[in-house]
Amino acid sequence: MKVKILGVGCARCNDLEQKVRHLNDAYQLRLEIEKVTDLKEMMQYGILTTPGLVVDGILRSYGVIPNDEQLLQWFKEQHS
Amino acid sequence: MNLRRVHLAALFVGLWIAVYAILEPSVGLVISLIRLEPGTRLTEALRFFLYEAPKVLLLLTIVVFAVGIIRSYFSPERTRQLLGKRSLFAGNVLASLLGIVTPFCSCSAVPLFIGFVETGIPLGVTFSFLIAAPMINEVAVVLLFGLFGWKTALLYVGTGLVISITAGYVIGKLRVERYVEDWVYSIKSQELALENKPLLDDRLQAGFTAVRDIVSKVWIYILVGIAVGAGIHGYVPENFMASIMGKSAWWAVPLSVIIGVPLYSNAAGIIPIVHALLEKGASLGTALAFMMSVIGLSLPETIILRKVLKLPLIFIFVGVVAVGIIIVGYVFNLVY
Repeated sequence: MKVKILGVGCARCNDLEQKVRHLNDAYQLRLEIEKVTDLKEMMQYGILTTPGLVVDGILRSYGVIPNDEQLLQWFKEQHS
Repeated sequence: MNLRRVHLAALFVGLWIAVYAILEPSVGLVISLIRLEPGTRLTEALRFFLYEAPKVLLLLTIVVFAVGIIRSYFSPERTRQLLGKRSLFAGNVLASLLGIVTPFCSCSAVPLFIGFVETGIPLGVTFSFLIAAPMINEVAVVLLFGLFGWKTALLYVGTGLVISITAGYVIGKLRVERYVEDWVYSIKSQELALENKPLLDDRLQAGFTAVRDIVSKVWIYILVGIAVGAGIHGYVPENFMASIMGKSAWWAVPLSVIIGVPLYSNAAGIIPIVHALLEKGASLGTALAFMMSVIGLSLPETIILRKVLKLPLIFIFVGVVAVGIIIVGYVFNLVY
């Protein structure tokens, strides 16, 4: 599963990346985590606020840091 | 709905009122207990700090909580929709007003700029938003209210609006579209299918999150700012600032702005210092101009914006806003 974190070096973007990496390790999700800082690629998803979270090509959230349960649900949903 | 959070919010507000009510007497008690020698400079400085710091922090907590809830009703996406088909002037007014209530972080300035321009919002209107959003923020308003009273707070909001409306309008009239990086216009983003629709529960949570995020970030600036302010209050002689930042010095306003633009501090750090400077004879217009240039124009934000704006437009943006602030400074020095 591919997870993209969209954001140009803001504190909250780093927070989200850390969180996703932490969950990935803790639950052995084997996610492919990529941080997207290229504006052109970022803007294709149409977000106005960062960080954005894309799971397997689907934009899941933007402008907020989702909580753990929510993140896990998205990561596991796609598994089945 | 989760009733627990509603109870939590009620408890929080109740507790806040209680603490605020007993604040002054308890500070007075502390001061009488540590038996400061009356009239010395240290006593004056300490007294100032002990009275102002807890009061401002308390005010900040409740206002940030309220603003967090209010902001959950405004999203950048909705703001963009509202601004979609406005003419230049009406658009500037609306964009500035929305800039106050729409959640904004300067790290989102670039996606926001692209998103606005892409949907056809005029450049000038976009700039009005980008000027008002950081300049008129809840932290600045709380500090001004707590330290100077509601008149000055209103004055700041009013002049901030005048500047963001006029500066955006002027930039719009200058036809500067060619100074936007070309790739910005070529971007085609997909529709945002995802809509965040918060419930009351989420809104209260937004209030608590705002308190946690903002208060945990700015409290130290506030304490340091008030401490420096307290030092000035106790140690700097009366009327010391009059010759430097007073009305008679015509160059004081532009100089304050020139110093203020590259300086980067949030409202939390700078306003307590400005408060103390005013006390020592700085004039209101000059102090206001200094404050606005520090808070409203910041080097990090212009560096971020350089990604989408060519250099001439960066200079136009900073120049127009700086000139607006200088004019406001002079007007206030004349009137007061």
